[in-house]
Amino acid sequence: MKKFAIAALAAALMGGVAQADTIKVGVVGPFSGPFALQGKNFKAGIDAYMALNGSTVGDDTIEIIYRDIPTADPAQSKALSQELVVKEGVQYLAGFYFTPDAMAATPLLEQANVPMVVMNAATSAIVTKSPFVVRTSFTTWQTSTPIAKVAFDGGTKKVISVVSDYGPGVDAEAAFKAGFEKAGGAVVEAIRMPLQTNDFSPIMQRIKDSGAEGVFAFLPSGPTTLGFVKAFNENGLKDAGIKFFAPGDLTQESDLPALGEAALGLQTTFHYAVSHDSAENKKFVEAAAKAIGNPAELSFPAVGAYDGMHVIYKMIEATGGEQDAAKAVDAVKGLSWESPRGPVTIDPESRHITQNIYLREVAKAEDGTYYNKEIQTFEKQGDPGLAAAK
Amino acid sequence: MQTVFSIGVDALAYGMVLFVISIGLSVTMGLMRVVNLAHGAFAMIGGYIASYAARDLGLAYAFAVLIAVVGTILIAIPIERLLYRRIYGQPELTQVLMTIGITFCIIGIANYIFGPTLKTIPTPETLRQSVSLGFRTVSAHRLFVIACGLAVALGLWYFIERTAFGVKLRAAVDNAAMAAALGVKTQVVYAVSFAVAVGLAAFGGVVGAELLPIEPYYALRYMVTFLVVVSVGGAGSIPGALAACLLLGAIDTAGRYLMPEFGEFFFYLAVIAIVWIFPRGLAGRAK
Repeated sequence: MKKFAIAALAAALMGGVAQADTIKVGVVGPFSGPFALQGKNFKAGIDAYMALNGSTVGDDTIEIIYRDIPTADPAQSKALSQELVVKEGVQYLAGFYFTPDAMAATPLLEQANVPMVVMNAATSAIVTKSPFVVRTSFTTWQTSTPIAKVAFDGGTKKVISVVSDYGPGVDAEAAFKAGFEKAGGAVVEAIRMPLQTNDFSPIMQRIKDSGAEGVFAFLPSGPTTLGFVKAFNENGLKDAGIKFFAPGDLTQESDLPALGEAALGLQTTFHYAVSHDSAENKKFVEAAAKAIGNPAELSFPAVGAYDGMHVIYKMIEATGGEQDAAKAVDAVKGLSWESPRGPVTIDPESRHITQNIYLREVAKAEDGTYYNKEIQTFEKQGDPGLAAAK
Repeated sequence: MQTVFSIGVDALAYGMVLFVISIGLSVTMGLMRVVNLAHGAFAMIGGYIASYAARDLGLAYAFAVLIAVVGTILIAIPIERLLYRRIYGQPELTQVLMTIGITFCIIGIANYIFGPTLKTIPTPETLRQSVSLGFRTVSAHRLFVIACGLAVALGLWYFIERTAFGVKLRAAVDNAAMAAALGVKTQVVYAVSFAVAVGLAAFGGVVGAELLPIEPYYALRYMVTFLVVVSVGGAGSIPGALAACLLLGAIDTAGRYLMPEFGEFFFYLAVIAIVWIFPRGLAGRAK
């Protein structure tokens, strides 16, 4: 009798597995620590997608497993990814806010037969590290190149570049220089500031002394941005008519309430503004704002995560829930869809997202809040960074 | 020449911001012999209170500063009675462990209540202007901070060196048992000094917020800077801290202007050199 009961139980369990699978997706991101807000945006994007599209694909139920990595830490990222693959049995790896974290996990992909969907990390080279990497965010090259054209066309011929001295900063400097010199302008000086700079007055003085008509700046979003923009205004550079150019990291929506008046009129180029006017975005913002709790905290990583989930759903659809990384990645090569940020395509060759880049200006809404107002569109921008590296 | 003046003005302003923010820590470490790593956390609490008062309640800046200082002291009093009192005179490792623990708790609570975004403290119109010095412009807020720094330095020096309370404080620090035997209520003295130090931290946090914006990780982000100032100046010495801030401010600003690609190299090189020549800081007292 006892034997029979055990056999019945075993049969029931096995039957359960065969009928409908649970497909696990491992998401690695900063969910605590100084960058918790960006991780929160990952989660909001994922929750929004699942709220709007359901948590099943065919017969399979999707389960998200989050792993926290507070600051860039490649060794920890690799360990967590490995644990997700081996212990949790995830079929997909996703997330990755920092480039080193994404890079560190790429060697696992082929052996584990797992595709990786990068939802933020913005260095061009990540997609070359493994054929199983797909990216739905942006690259610093992609967002920094159009602003060079904006600067030149606006009549600025001499620019000084000022960036924080770390990977993305150096990328931004190179991208702007390439774009601006191609257009016919000159970068008179390139300054790299240490990441821990608190007082930007000396830098502002350097900018003034350089005789440039405009400044191209890149800093990581957060406290330093605020100090930089304030110093720009207070040291009289704004009044002296020196133009300010930057990619949209500097005016991300969650920093705008603090930047406020100081940032008014700043022009940046970026792939997504929460204010983007489309039906898809309206739906997305509503769902994501509900997921994140405070709508003012919503910012660009959420849209990267939202589209990342779209790609994963398509992969699961194509493979019928079977674990087959090559087939899954092949299925989304050339995939086009209408994202909250506008029309996008996964470039079949680089597996990076081709998208519109928008020129935006910080404006004040009627209710007194600040937002990025889109004023010009650069359509179907690929990643110039990969071409430049060749 | 103009460049030299220009760097000089920036250096003075930056040095004064450092001074206003760090002097409270110098008092706790030098006079109360507590390695208070939670100093930045108290500065942050002050910043949050001022931001809430000025931005969400719409109070005047001066009033917000006052509320921030008083509010932070009120929050700190129970912490002093329940936690700090146990670590007076304990080995430094115990103090470091407990105060870093307090810092993490305060970061967590601030993150939970106010969220992870930056908080600004709206300054009045007069402080937002740019003032022309002839050869360059500088923000009125910087001049205000310089004035605050001088006022704090003078006030604190008078308080410690010239008042009856200052005498009791110095007595209690040098020999607590003897001071108590002579009728000095050492516990009260410690509590008041702690309150003053915390109040200074809050004041510095609010006044310096234009340069070091308020966010939950404020408490950890700038901890090294505070500790460097105190160790270079010599714990507990007001002229020492002032000299250290002006010197470090000048080196940092000049380095940043002339050779930004070297980063903070010159800043830390100066710190190493000074601590090597003066192991107790510029004005540190021998034990």
